[in-house]
Amino acid sequence: MATRVGMEVSIAAAEAIKQANVDVVAAYPITPQTHIVEHLAEVVNNGELDAEFIPVESEHSAMSVCTGSSAAGARSFTCTSSQGLALMSEIVYITASLRLPILMLLANRSLSGPLSIWNDHSDVMSVRDCGWIQVFVENGQEVYDHVFIGYRVAEDRNVLLPYMVNLDGFILTHVIEPVEFLDQEIVDRYLSPYHPLYTLHPDHPVTMGAFAMPALYTETKKAQAEALTEAMPYILKGWQEFGDLTGRYYHPVETYKTEDAKVVLVTQGSLSETASIAIDSLRGAGEPVGLVKIRLWRPFPFEEFSEAVAGADLLVVMDRAISYGGPGGPLAGEIRSALYAQEKHPRVVNFIAGIAGRDVAPEDFVQMIHQAKERPGEWYELYGVRE
Amino acid sequence: MAKLEHEITWKELNVGCVIDEPGNAAVYRTGDWRSQRPVYNKDRCIRCGTCYVFCPDMAIKILADGYIEHDLYYCKGCGICVEECPTDAITMVDEEE
Repeated sequence: MATRVGMEVSIAAAEAIKQANVDVVAAYPITPQTHIVEHLAEVVNNGELDAEFIPVESEHSAMSVCTGSSAAGARSFTCTSSQGLALMSEIVYITASLRLPILMLLANRSLSGPLSIWNDHSDVMSVRDCGWIQVFVENGQEVYDHVFIGYRVAEDRNVLLPYMVNLDGFILTHVIEPVEFLDQEIVDRYLSPYHPLYTLHPDHPVTMGAFAMPALYTETKKAQAEALTEAMPYILKGWQEFGDLTGRYYHPVETYKTEDAKVVLVTQGSLSETASIAIDSLRGAGEPVGLVKIRLWRPFPFEEFSEAVAGADLLVVMDRAISYGGPGGPLAGEIRSALYAQEKHPRVVNFIAGIAGRDVAPEDFVQMIHQAKERPGEWYELYGVRE
Repeated sequence: MAKLEHEITWKELNVGCVIDEPGNAAVYRTGDWRSQRPVYNKDRCIRCGTCYVFCPDMAIKILADGYIEHDLYYCKGCGICVEECPTDAITMVDEEE
């Protein structure tokens, strides 16, 4: 029987890594990811997990170690935030091109400068095009679950891609939440030991990470792009089978009260729960509003998204990062692309909010919806900025 | 033997572009990079083997009689053999000539 306990989300995440029987942990502590790494160090030191814990000197080394250990056939884990991701980004791109099924928890935090330790999505958006499967989670349970789901999907022979789970720094990492733990027997049934397609072994020498001349590079990129797009059905399969075992089903695009909704809020991550409170209150006042949450960011679920917003006249998209000099936030830009081919598509208004930990309360979502309805056209603004 | 790189389609690449055929770099014709090629004058050659030692691409073969032959499949035309030859037995000429 699964047990439900109150636990800090970072600790629950580390406990999931233990239950996933990871072979190698290489990470460098950085706020707000620190508690995950600290707890894993204890777990390994106490002999609860038979893994190599490699206390590297930087995030660049953390991802480099994971690349090497994953290439050698070890189930490998790292986690980071913000500047740590920026420092490791060189290797983040390489792991995807090498098709190594590494799992990374990214405790989302704003990028400097100014220096900030608080939560937004500017870090993950800086590696949007790195080729990893990228997922956003909403609460502690989803963090815990997506550790198992992540390895299961990433290691699928039809996928073989690294998997990044985005959890909001502090809002999730430092909060105590009820988390339903899975029995180890269930975890083991869902997640079999990792059997790599290729490994570094002297009996069967291979080259990983070779040079590609212009005559071949285009083909390598086509193969990589197809791998991520074609991973979609196997991602869905991994999520479905997790749901069948646990009763918790996840979908690339999740909807809340969108039937008959004319105005739809679009969010990612933990603020989706706050947004749902705003939807409840507006529904109470008779307004036909709904919420669409983008769980799967890469590969982007174009079809599922178009279906989810099919009846809407107005989309109010909340981004938590800025594309400087661009069309607003990266999520809104993606959504406009997703809708462009449709003959009739809803108006898209984009708010950039909750940057560097600035609070976004249910009333703020109500405000955004009202402002978007009142002011015509397609536009974006930094919500709540002092003029 | 591996296909030449300009013949490989994206579907033929191994997952992660892993190369599971060790030594297949031998297929690659580095000779295509050449803008000048070495011309060997056997009459001046003293069979010292200096060019063979210095060639960075092992593109010089020593024949049974001690004289040499350039392997133009691999020779990039760097001219190091010309520079090192003590008797000026090798000269470079433009490929167009």
